[in-house]
Amino acid sequence: MSTHSHDHAVDSHAGHDHHDHEHHDSFWTKYVFSQDHKMISKQFLVTAIVMALLAMFMSLIFRLQLGWPNQKFAILETVLGHWGKDGRLDPSFYLALVTIHGTIMVFFVLTGGLSGTFSNLLIPLQVGARDMASGFLNMLSYWFFFISCAIMTASLFIQAGPASAGWTIYPPLSALPQAIPGSGLGMTLWLISMVMFIASALLGGINYVVTILNLRTKGMSMTRLPLTIWAFLITAILGILSFPVLFAAALLLLFDRSFGTSFYLSDIFINGAPLAHSGGSPILFQHLFWFLGHPEVYIVLLPALGLASEVISTQSRKPIFGYKAMIGSMLVIAFLSFIVWGHHMFITGMNPFLGSVFVFTTLLVAIPSAVKVFNYLATLWRANIVLSPAMMFAIGLVSFFISGGLTGIILGDSALDINIHDTYFVVAHFHIVMGSSAIFGMFAGIYHWFPRMFGRMMNKRAGYIHFWLTIVGVYGTFFPMHFVGLSGAPRRYYAYTAYEGFDAALNINALISVFAILGGLAQLIFVVNFFYSMSRGKKAVQNPWGSNTLEWTAPVEHLHGNWPGEIPTVHRWAYDYGKPGADDDFIPQIVPYSETTKSNLPGEV
Amino acid sequence: MANHSAVAASSSSGVWGGGSSPFGMRWGKMFMWIFLVSDAFTFSSLIIAYGAMRHRFPDIWPKPGDVFTHFPFIHGHVPLAYVGLMTFILIMSSVTMVLAVDAGHSMNRKVVLRWLGLTIVGGFMFLGSQAWEWFHFIEGSEKGAYVLADGRFARTDDLEPGVLKFHDGTVVEGAEAQALISTAVKNIHGANLTENEYGNTPLFGNFFFFITGFHGFHVFSGVMINIIVFILVYQGALDKKKDYELVEKVGLYWHFVDLVWVFVFTFFYLV
Repeated sequence: MSTHSHDHAVDSHAGHDHHDHEHHDSFWTKYVFSQDHKMISKQFLVTAIVMALLAMFMSLIFRLQLGWPNQKFAILETVLGHWGKDGRLDPSFYLALVTIHGTIMVFFVLTGGLSGTFSNLLIPLQVGARDMASGFLNMLSYWFFFISCAIMTASLFIQAGPASAGWTIYPPLSALPQAIPGSGLGMTLWLISMVMFIASALLGGINYVVTILNLRTKGMSMTRLPLTIWAFLITAILGILSFPVLFAAALLLLFDRSFGTSFYLSDIFINGAPLAHSGGSPILFQHLFWFLGHPEVYIVLLPALGLASEVISTQSRKPIFGYKAMIGSMLVIAFLSFIVWGHHMFITGMNPFLGSVFVFTTLLVAIPSAVKVFNYLATLWRANIVLSPAMMFAIGLVSFFISGGLTGIILGDSALDINIHDTYFVVAHFHIVMGSSAIFGMFAGIYHWFPRMFGRMMNKRAGYIHFWLTIVGVYGTFFPMHFVGLSGAPRRYYAYTAYEGFDAALNINALISVFAILGGLAQLIFVVNFFYSMSRGKKAVQNPWGSNTLEWTAPVEHLHGNWPGEIPTVHRWAYDYGKPGADDDFIPQIVPYSETTKSNLPGEV
Repeated sequence: MANHSAVAASSSSGVWGGGSSPFGMRWGKMFMWIFLVSDAFTFSSLIIAYGAMRHRFPDIWPKPGDVFTHFPFIHGHVPLAYVGLMTFILIMSSVTMVLAVDAGHSMNRKVVLRWLGLTIVGGFMFLGSQAWEWFHFIEGSEKGAYVLADGRFARTDDLEPGVLKFHDGTVVEGAEAQALISTAVKNIHGANLTENEYGNTPLFGNFFFFITGFHGFHVFSGVMINIIVFILVYQGALDKKKDYELVEKVGLYWHFVDLVWVFVFTFFYLV
């Protein structure tokens, strides 16, 4: 490797010190290989939106199949070619769609997209730093992410189809190319893509942690950090500790697939002939996978909660209720997330006593989660609520967090879970509590920080329409799905027509599909609004929402180095909204106590 | 990745005019620490997986003392002596690294070069030893092991020809052994990813190759990083910046790799 290019990267980075030397960026260094956190954040966001649309489109295709299993849709043959022959979806491609939909949504949209966009945008701006600790590694993080997305997308176009063993890629299904078409080259590409993704997540995550800990401006103590930053910090730590385990699991799987090892494989017969693999255990993979998999849920959710905390407090014009309890509950959730993975594995023949230990730790998560919910509700209580689109989405998040969390208590209990394991009840649960609430947090973030990103406002009316159609679409899709699950319908089945017992679920499935299509169409409003407002939206003022945090003290025009002149100094926490006695209903963090003697509380000097 | 963090992290110059750094540490070093924590989780998951799988086969898992018996130029069994030597070499390379980092604190370019150079030599010696170890592991013994007609698994011993040894300690020799060998269904030599002569489970070889290989890859990248830093020091790049923190950062990585080896050594060779 050339150390010269590194030195160059290093030099241009050290140049932040004297930011009077403004860069003469070419198109390539400004928009493509940018090392500026604000540009990298936009790159993550746009990539994630494209991936999200792709994954959503896939979900609509398999919703057509689930809703109307006997119907032929000519459009399927047009779009999918030999996977939609005669207008019928190919069963193995159905599995591929489900798999890639889940993979893209969980990893590329809600992990890479959500953390990548908002950690990059907000960490340096809210802690008062010129940029990320390492702009160069930050850029690498995005490009690993991009390559990873590209490989995953490319796997859609190979002859045998993409990976099809579910987003959890359990072996032996995922390990043996003879098992299903998707376990051939498609699965190899999935694994390579995921290794790239992990590299991206680690580079990004370490950068976030280091920046938050080490590059805070004067006066920005840990307990003055906005909750967004706390959420990003804890999320990054979760990623740093859990992704390496997925990395190990994926490498072992790669060896089983490509080099004949037996880590996960034993006693397998194909067409009556035994395979050479012996001694391995597929359960080992599940343990490794879910040791990542469960923290991953919070990697997805915590940034969304952080964004919602900020939006809810700002638009309630009230300090967030229980700031320290919010931090504490996030820390507890993060800790617990590492000792609950067994609740995904209650039916693997786990010792019932061990199962009950996992039940106990799992149910403990309800406590900090409830703390967060009550704090949101207490912040909203008798507040001067400003119902901006971002606020609507933030409240929507709280709604999903409650309704999805309640079913989580059911699933966390092994005695109940065993009955509904791997049914649509689980699908409904995690789509509400993790999928929809995280995506609502992301929408809240986009609507709220769009002026900070692009210097323009998004259209408000379109935002409201988007919100109402989406929330109706989400509840319409996933609420009835609980009942499909309670009736016993297992997930990942291509059609239920062969089983009389599920006939009753058919009508519900058609209804679900109608709502899914409605919700899907609503996203087009968002996409149009997003790209239109980027260039044509109303020009934004510096601090459109009357916020306290530092990012709104930087000029609307993006500067390399964020602030002209010195970085502002912080004098107070981020939540002095609606303080009694103050002139305005917000006091930015940069205002010293000496200027607000009328509103200071005892001890604030 | 380690490459990038080690090399690009050399820019620990203060990029901001903020408050005081927590832990009194610049971000580049912290970056390395956090990366190492993350890498530690990768190794831990592999080693825990190894432990869990090994405990499923307590009856047939090979005893390390029976497997790693070779020593260069010595004909006979010298259990674990060679890996002991390898471990000693790697630990000595950690000592030389400490001395290099220490010389870096006093910006003594020549002394840094001397100790860093020795560390690189130590790294190469370890990698060479590991190649030798793998070679003998893969090649195995002359007669190998037999899967007998009744499904039992019996090892041979080059020093005691005509003797069959079973995992439970029973020994069969003479005509009886010959009869068993003549009806054996399979003769296995050495080790590969699907079978090995040391025990009747491929997992032993699988985990050995994967974990020592993964560690060896870390050592290899460590040596490469050390060489890059050696060149930078040699060219005087760190003197120009008046900052030898880079040596400290690669030192952290190197110590980490050594520490991991201590665990690999313990779990693969000692227990």
